[in-house]
Amino acid sequence: MAHAANDSYYVPHGSHWPLVGSVGLFTMLAGAANWLNGSSIGVYMLAIGALTIIYMVFGWFGTVIRESEAGIYNDDVDISFRMGMMWFIFSEIMFFAVFFGVLFYARTISIPWLGGDSNNFFTNTLLWENFTAEWPTNGPGNMGGEFEPMPPWPLPTLNTIILLTSGATITAAHHAIKAGHRSLLTTFLGLTWVLGFIFMACQAYEYYEAYAHLNLTLSSGMYGATFFMLTGFHGLHVTIGAIILLVIWLRCLKGHFTPEHHFGFEAAAWYWHFVDVVWLGLYIFVYWL
Amino acid sequence: MSEAVSHDSHHDDHGPAKGLTRWLFTTNHKDIGTLYLIFSLIMFFTGGAMALIIRAELFQPGLQFVDPHFFNQLTTMHALLMVFGAVMPAFVGLANWLLPMMIGAPDMALPRMNNWSFWILPFAFAMLISTLFMQGGGPAGGWTLYPPLVLQTGDAFPFMIFAIHLMGISSIMGSINVIVTILNMRAPGMTLLKMPLFVWTWLITAYLLLAVMPVLAGAVTMLLTDKYFGTSFFLGAGGGDPVLFQHIFWFFGHPEVYIMILPAFGVVSQIIPTFARKPLFGYEAMVYATATIAFLSFIVWAHHMFTSGMPIAGQMFFMFATMLIAIPTAVKVFNWTATMWRGEMTFETPMLFAVAFVILFTIGGFSGLMLAIVPADYQYHDTYFVVAHFHYVLVPGAVFSIMAATYYWLPKWTGKMYNETLGKTHFWLSMIGVNVLFFPQHFLGLAGMPRRIPDYAIQFADFNMVSSIGALIFGFSQLFFVWVIIDCVRNGKQATSQVWEGAEGLEWTLPSPAPYHSFETAPEIK
Repeated sequence: MAHAANDSYYVPHGSHWPLVGSVGLFTMLAGAANWLNGSSIGVYMLAIGALTIIYMVFGWFGTVIRESEAGIYNDDVDISFRMGMMWFIFSEIMFFAVFFGVLFYARTISIPWLGGDSNNFFTNTLLWENFTAEWPTNGPGNMGGEFEPMPPWPLPTLNTIILLTSGATITAAHHAIKAGHRSLLTTFLGLTWVLGFIFMACQAYEYYEAYAHLNLTLSSGMYGATFFMLTGFHGLHVTIGAIILLVIWLRCLKGHFTPEHHFGFEAAAWYWHFVDVVWLGLYIFVYWL
Repeated sequence: MSEAVSHDSHHDDHGPAKGLTRWLFTTNHKDIGTLYLIFSLIMFFTGGAMALIIRAELFQPGLQFVDPHFFNQLTTMHALLMVFGAVMPAFVGLANWLLPMMIGAPDMALPRMNNWSFWILPFAFAMLISTLFMQGGGPAGGWTLYPPLVLQTGDAFPFMIFAIHLMGISSIMGSINVIVTILNMRAPGMTLLKMPLFVWTWLITAYLLLAVMPVLAGAVTMLLTDKYFGTSFFLGAGGGDPVLFQHIFWFFGHPEVYIMILPAFGVVSQIIPTFARKPLFGYEAMVYATATIAFLSFIVWAHHMFTSGMPIAGQMFFMFATMLIAIPTAVKVFNWTATMWRGEMTFETPMLFAVAFVILFTIGGFSGLMLAIVPADYQYHDTYFVVAHFHYVLVPGAVFSIMAATYYWLPKWTGKMYNETLGKTHFWLSMIGVNVLFFPQHFLGLAGMPRRIPDYAIQFADFNMVSSIGALIFGFSQLFFVWVIIDCVRNGKQATSQVWEGAEGLEWTLPSPAPYHSFETAPEIK
C-alpha cells in the first residue's frame, strides 16, 4: 500500500449498503416468521430478503475491496480490520459454546436427573418410571421413536481428515502468499475450498443416512437435537467459510494481495481455522464420547 | 500529517450531507450517536406509556382498563423495549458521541458498520412492536422468555425471536466497533490507564456484550426449534430441561444487567469530579473494580433461579459469588463519595442526577444483596420486592445516569446551554416521582404481592395507589425533559468549549458544538 500518500485514518463517506442490509435482514426474517406461521407469502419474502442481503454483501465488500486495492487504507485501518475480525470470531466461539454447554448439561445434569440421580428419586419414580439415564438417548418420552446414533466411523473420521488437511493446505497457501509464489498460492487455496465443499458433501450424505436409515432426526430427543444443531450450525459456517475462500481464491486469480498486505486472505484463514477447531470439538464430544 | 495527505483523505472534510440521506447513510459518529439517542428516547416513551397503562391498571384492585392477557403483553413488551430499546441504545449513543472525542480519534474505527449497527434497530423494534397487533397478541410470557410458557405465544412468536436476533446482531457489531475504536484509535500518549473512566467502562461493557449476546441468540434459536422443528432442548420427555433455558438465559442475563450499569458508572465517574472540582478518587481502583464486576457477572447467574430447584452446593456457590459483587461495587461508591469529600461542590443539573444516582443506585444494590441470600430469596422471589430492586438500579440508576450525561454533554453537542432552572425542575420532579413510584414497591413485595399480576388482594391497595401516583409524576416529568432539550436547542445561550469550570478531558478542548469531524490530527496527550 502507498503509505507516503496516505497516513491518515480513512473515514468513508456515507454508505447506503448498511440500510440495504437492514431492509434485507428485515424482509428475510419477517418472511421466515410468516413462513413458520403458515403464511403463503413467507417463502417469497424470505427469498427476496436473502437476495437483498447477497446484493448487499457484493456491493459492500466490493466497495471495500476497491478501496483496499486503491491503497487508501493505512496500517491503522488494517489493524482495525484485524481486531474486528478477531472479536467477531470471539462472538462466534460464544455462540458455539452455548450448544456445547447444552450438550454437557444434558449429559451430566438433565438426563441423569431424569434417571433419578442427585435428589431426583421422585422425578424418576413418579414421572418417568422406566427410564434409565444413558447416552445417547431420545429421552424418557422416546421422542421421534427408536433411532441409532451416528457412528464416528467412517464419515465423521473422513471429514475430520478432510478438514485437517484443508487446515494444512491453507497454511501452505499462506506461506506461498508471503513468499510471493502466486501459482502455489492459487493451487493450495483452490485445494482448500474444494476440500471444504467435499466436507459439506460428506455431511449432506451423513444427514441423508441419518434420516433415511438411522431414524435419527431433529426430533430424536436430546441426542438428535444437539447432534443436528451442533453439526448443522458448524456446517453452515463451513459453507460460509468455503464461499469466503472461493471469493479470496478468485481475488488471488485476479492478482489481488501482496506478500505484505493480504488481510482479506488472513481473515478467511482465521475463520477457516476457527471452523476447523469447532469441528474437532464436535468430533470428540458429539461423535466419539 | 504530510502535505500529500490532504487531497486523498480530506475529501470528506466538508460538513454533513443534506436532507434525509445524511441520517440514512451517515458514517459519522456524531450523527449515529444522535440517531441512537433519539431512537432511545422514542423507545423510552413507548415503553414508558406501557408502564403507565400498567400502573393505571394497578391504581386500585380489580380490573379497570385492560384484560389480563393484554396486561401480560404490556409487562413483557415494557421490559423488552426498555432494556433493548431504551437503555442499551442510549449508552451506545453516548459511546458514539463521546468515545472518539475522549480518546482523540477522528471517528469510530469501523464507520460503515457503525451505521448498520444503528439502522438494524428501527427494523428490529418495528418487528417486535408489530407483534402486539397479531393473532394471539404479542409475547406475554415475560421478557425472560421462559419455556414452556413462552412457547404458547401465538403468531407473534417467531417475530419476537427474530427481533431479538436482530437486536443481537446490532449489539455485536456495535461492541466490536467500540472495542476496536478504544484499542486502536487512541491518540499517541493516551495509554490505557490515562483513558477517561467512561471509556474504560465501555471497553469492558463491549466485551461483556460480545461474550453474551451470542448466548442469547443461541437460547432463542433453541426456543424456535423447540416450537417449530421438533427439538426437545427444553422438554423433559426428550431428555431436555426447561431449567436449562433459565441457566442459558441468565448466563446472558446477568452480564446483561451490568451491560446496562457499567457505562452508567462511567458517566457518573466523569461528572462527579467536574462538579467536586477534584480528580476522581482512586482512578485505578475504579478500573479494577469495573473489571472485577465484569468477571463476577459470569459466575452468579443462578441467583435468579434459587426457587427453580438446584442442589444446595449450587445455591451456596451462587449466593456467595453474588455477595462478592458488593465489594467492587462498594469500592466504586466509596470512591465517588471520597471524590466529593471536601470538594468545592456545586450542584448543577448533571451533578444532581449523579449524586442521586450514587444514593439511589446504592439502595438498589442493597436490595440486591438481600435477594442474594438464598433463604430470604425464597420469600422475595417473584414479588414486587424484585420489581422494586431492579427498577431502583435501572431507573434512578441507569436512566438517571443517561439524563445526567445528557445535561452534562448537551452544551458540547448542541453548542447551547440548557436552562438551569428548567433542568433542576426536571431533576426534582423525577427524583420525587421515582421514589414515590418505586419505594412503596419494596413494602408491597415484602408483604407478599406477586409481580406480573393485573389484580391484587385488597391489603395491597394503599401502596399501589401511592406507587401509581409516583408513576404519573415520573412519567409526565419526562415530557418536561424533552422540553428542556428543545428549549436548549432553540433558546440556549452560546456555550464555551470548556462548558464546565471543573471539566477535564479531550472533549472539552473541542469547540462547542463539536465540529462534524473530531480529531483529524491527533491531539497531544500530556
